[in-house]
Amino acid sequence: MSATMEAVASAARADAPPAILLDKVNKWYGAMHVLRDVSLSVALGERVVVCGPSGSGKSTLIRCVNRLETHQEGSIKVDGIELSDDLRALDAIRREVGMVFQSFNLFPHLTVLENCTLAPIWVRHMPKAEAEALAMEYLERVKIPEQAMKYPGQLSGGQQQRVAIARALCMKPKIMLFDEPTSALDPEMIKEVLETMVGLAETGMTMVCVTHEMGFARQVADRVVFMDRGEIVEQGPPGEIFENPKTDRLKLFLSQILRGH
Amino acid sequence: MSDAATHTPTPARTPPITLVGPIGWVRTNLFSGWVSSLVSLLLLFLVVKWVLGFLDWGVFNAIWSVPNDAAGRPDTSSCRALAGTGACWAVIGEKHRFILFGTYPYEEQWRALLAILVFIALFIVSAMRRFWRKELALIWIGALTLIGVLMWGGLLGLAYVPQERWGGLVITLILATFGLAFAFPLSILVALGRRSKLPAIKALCVLYVELVRGVPLISVLFMASVMFPLFLPEGMNIDKLLRAQIAIILFAGAYLAEVVRGGLQTLPRGQYEAADALGLSYWKKTGFIILPQALRLVIPPLVNTFIGFFKDTSLVLIIGIFDLLTAGKTAIIEPAWQGFGIEVYLTVGFIYFCFCFAMSSYSQRLEAELNQSRGR
Ligand SMILES: Nc1ncnc2c1ncn2[C@@H]1O[C@H](COP(=O)(O)OP(=O)(O)O)[C@@H](O)[C@H]1O
Ligand SMILES: [Mg+2]
Repeated sequence: MSATMEAVASAARADAPPAILLDKVNKWYGAMHVLRDVSLSVALGERVVVCGPSGSGKSTLIRCVNRLETHQEGSIKVDGIELSDDLRALDAIRREVGMVFQSFNLFPHLTVLENCTLAPIWVRHMPKAEAEALAMEYLERVKIPEQAMKYPGQLSGGQQQRVAIARALCMKPKIMLFDEPTSALDPEMIKEVLETMVGLAETGMTMVCVTHEMGFARQVADRVVFMDRGEIVEQGPPGEIFENPKTDRLKLFLSQILRGH
Repeated sequence: MSDAATHTPTPARTPPITLVGPIGWVRTNLFSGWVSSLVSLLLLFLVVKWVLGFLDWGVFNAIWSVPNDAAGRPDTSSCRALAGTGACWAVIGEKHRFILFGTYPYEEQWRALLAILVFIALFIVSAMRRFWRKELALIWIGALTLIGVLMWGGLLGLAYVPQERWGGLVITLILATFGLAFAFPLSILVALGRRSKLPAIKALCVLYVELVRGVPLISVLFMASVMFPLFLPEGMNIDKLLRAQIAIILFAGAYLAEVVRGGLQTLPRGQYEAADALGLSYWKKTGFIILPQALRLVIPPLVNTFIGFFKDTSLVLIIGIFDLLTAGKTAIIEPAWQGFGIEVYLTVGFIYFCFCFAMSSYSQRLEAELNQSRGR
């Protein structure tokens, strides 16, 4: 009996839809073509790092996944739900997808704890006490439980970004998106944020992360995607992408960031 | 190298006494050179002269009450004998109830006084952040109902007083409080509407703001009192005070909407995006994230507009509503008291000042408190 259930469950997992599926996505800002026939599939539990020169459309790509930007052609499916103008689908997707921004975007008028409990209480309709317990659990996970009663303005950049990660996790998302989470930070704070992200990767979270931190990519990424001028130019395991770049564009990009570091 | 090894840090010293404290302040700000010393002394002389002159007029030479003549009317000859060298505060003693309550029936004026006190209590309660909860709305509804019952009467054994007989400070407080209490939420909706993605809503809000800003308040009040009734069906009559009240609400709404919109525009886009990414709906995003920050940013211009409209309620005098200023003006029409306008206008001005100054200093304190909690 239970054996058949197991079999059914594993079969369901096997043909579970990919966490994110982009099919020939195109996007324009006015006349500027910023995403060109982008197709990408991210499996559940997979960790993908997106890199590429500035202005290549990395932010636009991941912002299309939780519909902070709308695409004009092609289709995007998140957790099997097609992104469209349907508001219910949008609500469902935003609950499943957490996002961390380059500039943190914490709510400055709320305490750290309130930042973390707001969405669970008002979107997930969680009782306040439960939401606070959950928030403290995640603040402990990102190692700043003692700052819970402070306001974001009183924290360092690294601490703020860790709060932002905890805030997103409090919604218990299935997928986490990161848009250059460390590029607004001073060097000594980058490490603490990356460590938090490595810890998160170890829990099996599905992650799509725009970053130029090669060490991080090597350590946690299952796949690195290289974008240039709105296209995915190359993708593969980090070792292959970094050691054996096939295209000139990627070689040029790698030489530039290695020189920069 | 050896320098560094033998270096001892210089200990911090307190600045010389002539640079700090009150003495230092006076020296650097008032007497920093012979020009500034001269200007300071000249201004000091003028201030002292005027203050002494005002005390002479307003206190030492003033007459505080006058006897009645044989006919029982006040005999103001002693005041007139002063010929302007002293104030005749007797006019206030005689007319203060008229200034505060207008033509409200004399024996019932305690009700108007009570209404004023309820207003003031309402302001004080609303000012305390402790009471910034949902229950505050109930307190407002309760207080405004109580004021209505007190003023109109007609139940609980209170005699009915028609609205035409209301007047004085109560009218000013009614117009200003109801005006701003309705105009403020209206302005928030309009400001949000101007940023709406729906073109129809946006156009409507723009049209409203531009239309109202394009005409003087006086003309709107005139229209409300003269033209508006022409459009109403025969026999239907909306209270004059209510019409003026609606005109003030619409007017203040448009001005406040522009202030609020200014606040909305200064919020970084990241705040909207973070709220969206967390799945907050439009109204939750607006209520929890956008408005608390945007309104905080515009407290000074908001209060500025509030104060402006508090005083602008006095414009209703042109359509014959008996507000504080009109009552003051009418009080000195009586022949016995003619010529004592300065005393009355000073008093009326002082009452306006008390309310406006309270608003102003409260807003400064609030701003400081709110900024403090942001960790700045
Ligand atoms: N809101 C916007 N309006 C117009 N152009 C934009 C907007 N956002 C991004 N772009 C343009 O789209 C291109 C891709 O931007 P982006 O996705 O932010 O690149 P990346 O994150 O890789 O640096 C850039 O050329 C950028 O100037
Ligand atoms: Mg970017």
